[in-house]
Amino acid sequence: MSYPKVITKLMEEHPSDSHTYQRYVASGGYEAAKASLAKTRDELVEIVKDSGLIGRGGALFSTGMKWSFLAPPRPSYLVVNGDESEPGTFKDRQLLERDPHQLIEGIIIAAFANEVHEAFIYIRGEYPKPARRVQQAVDDAYSEGLLGKGIFGTDYDLEVTVHLGAGAYICGEETALLNSLEGKRGEPRLKPPYFPAAKGLYMMPTIVNNVETIANLPHIINHGPEWYKELSACEDTGTFLASVSGHVKKPGNYELPHGITWRELIYDVAGGIRDDNDLKAWIPGGASAPWFVPSLHLDDPITKADCAAAGSMLGSGAIIVMDHTTNVVAAAERLVRFFAEESCGQCTPCREGTTWLDMILQRMLNGGGREVDLDLLHDVSDGISIGLGWPPKQTTICPLGPSAVSAVKSILEHFRDEAEAYARSANQVPVTIGGEG
Amino acid sequence: MTWSPETLERADAIISKYPDRRSALMPMLYLAMREDGYLSEEGMRTVAELIGITPAQVQSVASFYVMYKQEPIGKYLISMCTSISCFLMGADDVLAALEQASGVPAGETDGEIAVEHAECIGACGGAPACLVNYELIEGLSAEKATELVQWLRNGKPETINTDEMQTLFGGRTSFDWAIKEDNAAVGPYPAFPPFGTAAENSPALEPGRGS
Repeated sequence: MSYPKVITKLMEEHPSDSHTYQRYVASGGYEAAKASLAKTRDELVEIVKDSGLIGRGGALFSTGMKWSFLAPPRPSYLVVNGDESEPGTFKDRQLLERDPHQLIEGIIIAAFANEVHEAFIYIRGEYPKPARRVQQAVDDAYSEGLLGKGIFGTDYDLEVTVHLGAGAYICGEETALLNSLEGKRGEPRLKPPYFPAAKGLYMMPTIVNNVETIANLPHIINHGPEWYKELSACEDTGTFLASVSGHVKKPGNYELPHGITWRELIYDVAGGIRDDNDLKAWIPGGASAPWFVPSLHLDDPITKADCAAAGSMLGSGAIIVMDHTTNVVAAAERLVRFFAEESCGQCTPCREGTTWLDMILQRMLNGGGREVDLDLLHDVSDGISIGLGWPPKQTTICPLGPSAVSAVKSILEHFRDEAEAYARSANQVPVTIGGEG
Repeated sequence: MTWSPETLERADAIISKYPDRRSALMPMLYLAMREDGYLSEEGMRTVAELIGITPAQVQSVASFYVMYKQEPIGKYLISMCTSISCFLMGADDVLAALEQASGVPAGETDGEIAVEHAECIGACGGAPACLVNYELIEGLSAEKATELVQWLRNGKPETINTDEMQTLFGGRTSFDWAIKEDNAAVGPYPAFPPFGTAAENSPALEPGRGS
């Protein structure tokens, strides 16, 4: 089954030079930006609202709606979030590397629609190659008069700066990203009052959009919102870029319509499970998402609403597949460890709780499990994310802490027997007391 | 302040890109790493002076981000991803091979090669994957990891190019890389202008890329 390609079309058709200005323009590139500059701000916001485009960084919030919140005072800023760090996610890397002009054209459209004259592309520090490609494309756009003063021969000015991060997952959170861009520690800000649309970069109104979100804009302008809606045969619109990893035969990025089933994605698109093993579980939307299991979820359609109804999320579109050989307790520990390492340390439930959870899991895996451990895992999780529900009730400034709970909650719910086996491993090795749960 | 006039020129260029001087702090810290090979105390004092904040403010930011290395770490930094997708594909064995071949436990350096475990590096479709001076190798194995260490140890390459390493030691990639990368890293910090790339340091290789 092949699906229509939108944001990966050019790189698929012209793999050897999809990153160049020449190829981009030869394929009709920058026509949407030109057309947008002839429209009014309200028209553009309406088109994007109509299209149903939702943020692809993980929050899945309406892009047009986000834009409509932006109000004076000015100046306002546009910040493109290319800090892709959610474990399992590698889609933006491909978009940045292989089609950087698509991103720049999207930036022009988003900036003009929001009366922005200064935009920043924040790319994670571990992505120097994508950053070099984007910088080259920005330089080319400047020399062609598509960025800078009076772009496309109009009186509209737009400056674009590529900014490199330095290794901090939390900077993918939009308010942390803004602090980072201001040259501060990447600690999230409290919302309210620090909603970026009101008090963003330098406390001015700011739009923060993900790379994939922005990459869709030229196509929506070229073909219209109706066309965009029809790409998916369900209430969700457009395509989404799925990053599939783990125990599948064909891991990779796949541009797909919403509404296909998990079975289609895992078995058709990604070629099924390695060595024809059994599927044990998969994470539907990056490390922060509660897991799905085949007995309950394999034939669910992939939509925002269906994922939410099943107690999880499509998030950043990262699907991590685990076959029957997977030690789920070890996998959960690895996920929790990530959040423990990446916690910014501002909020006690997250800073202490994620580390505590990781210590309990590590001790269980090392033969020091105790009967109380599953209850303890539950209680510590409850302290970070009250009731372990979905969407999480967080006790913290940002969702990082509750994200660490997802893996714990998933093994307690779906693989309790395996977790219990580790909890019963007590007395095999002495339990060290003192900070180890 | 001991920075060369050429580095100070780069610093000015970085500061001028931002509406607020302090926003230049992160790129300036990379510039300081380019100058000394790591983020030295003196480098941080220079950055503080140029931006107009205190050394303590600089230190508080530098300590937040894992890529600012405040100790000399040597010529090559191998960052092995051990997050979930790489873990599922055997990253722990690859890290063990890197440690054994180099004799350097994760988190340490022997003055030439530093090994560290890294959190997700966005190469999950090509797991297990690692970075050498932040240039990527995907589809790694324990055997190839051992060869990588020997290649660094014996060949002592001046520049680190991702395509060259991928050809020698890599396997399955997250997606078709398609386009050869003509630039390379020159130290254990990201190869992005103006912090220092092979192209910037060698006029033969496309001078003036980036800005």
